[in-house]
Amino acid sequence: MTGLFHRLGPQGLRVLALLAVILLLLAFFASQIDGYFNARLFSRISGSVAIMALIATAQTLVILTRNIDLSIGSIVGFTAFAAGNLVSTNPEMSALVLVLFCCCFGACFGAVNGLIVAYGRVPSIIVTLATMAIFRSLLVEYSDGKSITTNTLPAWLTEFPNLPVFTVFGLEFRAAFVAALTVVFVVHLALTRLRPMRQFFAVGSNPEAAEMAGIDARRVVFSAFVLSGALAGLAGLMFLARFGNITVVAGLGFELKSVAAAVVGGVNIFGGSGTVIGALLGAVLVDVIDTSLVRWAIVSEFWREAVLGALILLSVTTDTLFTRRLVAWRAARAHARREATLNQEARP
Amino acid sequence: MIARLKSWEGFLLMSLVVIIGINAGLSPEFLTLGNQINLFQLSIEKIIVALVMTFIIINGEIDLSVGSMMGLSACAFGWMVKEQGVAAPAAIAISLGIGVLGGALNGWFITRVGLPSLVVTLATLIGFRGLARVLVEDRGLTDFPEWFDALGQQGLIGPLPFALVAFAVLFGVLYIVLERSGFGRKTQVIGTNREVAEFAGIDTNRHKMILFIASGTIAAFAGLLYAARVGAVRGDVANGFELDIITIVLLGGVSIFGGTGSLTGTLLAILIVLNIRNGMALLNITGHIQTGVIGLLLIASVMVPRLKFGTREKTA
Repeated sequence: MTGLFHRLGPQGLRVLALLAVILLLLAFFASQIDGYFNARLFSRISGSVAIMALIATAQTLVILTRNIDLSIGSIVGFTAFAAGNLVSTNPEMSALVLVLFCCCFGACFGAVNGLIVAYGRVPSIIVTLATMAIFRSLLVEYSDGKSITTNTLPAWLTEFPNLPVFTVFGLEFRAAFVAALTVVFVVHLALTRLRPMRQFFAVGSNPEAAEMAGIDARRVVFSAFVLSGALAGLAGLMFLARFGNITVVAGLGFELKSVAAAVVGGVNIFGGSGTVIGALLGAVLVDVIDTSLVRWAIVSEFWREAVLGALILLSVTTDTLFTRRLVAWRAARAHARREATLNQEARP
Repeated sequence: MIARLKSWEGFLLMSLVVIIGINAGLSPEFLTLGNQINLFQLSIEKIIVALVMTFIIINGEIDLSVGSMMGLSACAFGWMVKEQGVAAPAAIAISLGIGVLGGALNGWFITRVGLPSLVVTLATLIGFRGLARVLVEDRGLTDFPEWFDALGQQGLIGPLPFALVAFAVLFGVLYIVLERSGFGRKTQVIGTNREVAEFAGIDTNRHKMILFIASGTIAAFAGLLYAARVGAVRGDVANGFELDIITIVLLGGVSIFGGTGSLTGTLLAILIVLNIRNGMALLNITGHIQTGVIGLLLIASVMVPRLKFGTREKTA
């Protein structure tokens, strides 16, 4: 047991703790609500997580480098609108081209953020606060007061989110959810295995030390914003496919939701530590509460946000206190072990 | 004089003069007292909260929960008066009390638990808004006592409404506190370097606690002003105001890293934002585009001084 405890490290423990909390919550709601576990519960949560997981991952990449991206909501909205416009005029276009278009479209917005933050050296919170408004106002200009409606979209796009891929234990995994999970796992693998992505952590934990170690910190921050924009663009496509009706307010408020999911998932807001798997679980946790409270008869659905706020505070507090204890405990143990070996060597 | 003009405030002042000149050219109505008062009235709640936000950001912290606190206090007031039969003066006092408690809650998590203010106030941004929705659900409450509505809509001293007088008084008091008192100097020292402040014997936790309680209380006060001005409350009162407020403060030259900034800068930024919005409204430009232009200005506010006046910010 202690061996496992040591092998996992704080990040692994955090993921396990999040899983445990999600299972506990599911068990709790199952005991409160009759017929809680049904096919609709899973499809509803997985449908919404498909979008949330992507924006939480996008936000995590940026937060890891000690920055923040408040323009994510506007990028999602703009991409959803532009993609809707494109596909409704060319209904025969290939899906792959559409996906590429959305990634590139989002990445362009990300590049604007990245250029100003990394090379203009303007703090990211200021830049993205401004671009959030600028991108949104560009969308208003571009849309010209019109909106995208479901009936102008080709059927293959609107049917995509509900396409069953495979079924495990009666749970139907649908295409959008599977696609989002795949993207998150690819990003996770890249972050843990690829050298250029490992540099995100280095820059986030100590930018000066990273520079001295020969890492081009500016380029790393720039690429984080570009990647985040691309993922937000992908989320915009998911948004379009799921809802169909896109107005100029699409994606409003996603910036704070994505930060909330990442923070609940144990991503350090000051950069340098966190996992996208954690952010994914954070998004799931937030969504389980969101969907379940609506069906819980004892409290009115209007408690949803209040409970969510309390949950974020609770999870971050426990996380901080627990990590602090863990660090102190490990330091004390290492110290004790060193003392013991020193004593043994001192003995004749 | 030249040295003053070369500062950031000088730059803001010059821009302001230009904007007012253009606006006055666009419409003869612009410079009338009525239009000028109206210009302030439309955003009076935001600019009152911006004054306290200046202190919070100079202190090196941030408070994202102000918009939700405005909503919560307005909804609490409406709920108490219309649905619980509480007398309006008592409801005002309780709403302000909620502001004190909410600010103290933020302060407790930030100073005692040691969490970053960005995370704490993001959580309370969601939480306070949630409580507001719990109180009024999806109803709209209106028809408050006549004197309450009159306070928000009619002139108190001549044509000047109560909220504008309150803004002027608050600005005067906070200006003296920030520029002339020990508390103001401590706010700047803590924002510049918290550890140094600790070594200098400043109780930084107590200081931050006071600031967050002040922020919550003033936000609650601003929420009540909103209820009085509009004469109605709903669950989404003041939704998203926090970003506008922070934009104004940063535009005024307050460093997001803390330490530097002034209330004069914030006041100039307020005037610029109000006048730009008014001028664009005269040109029939919609609200979203106005916000976009202010966004451009915000980025320029950090880039331009660095090109012209050397570095203003610590580099990130």
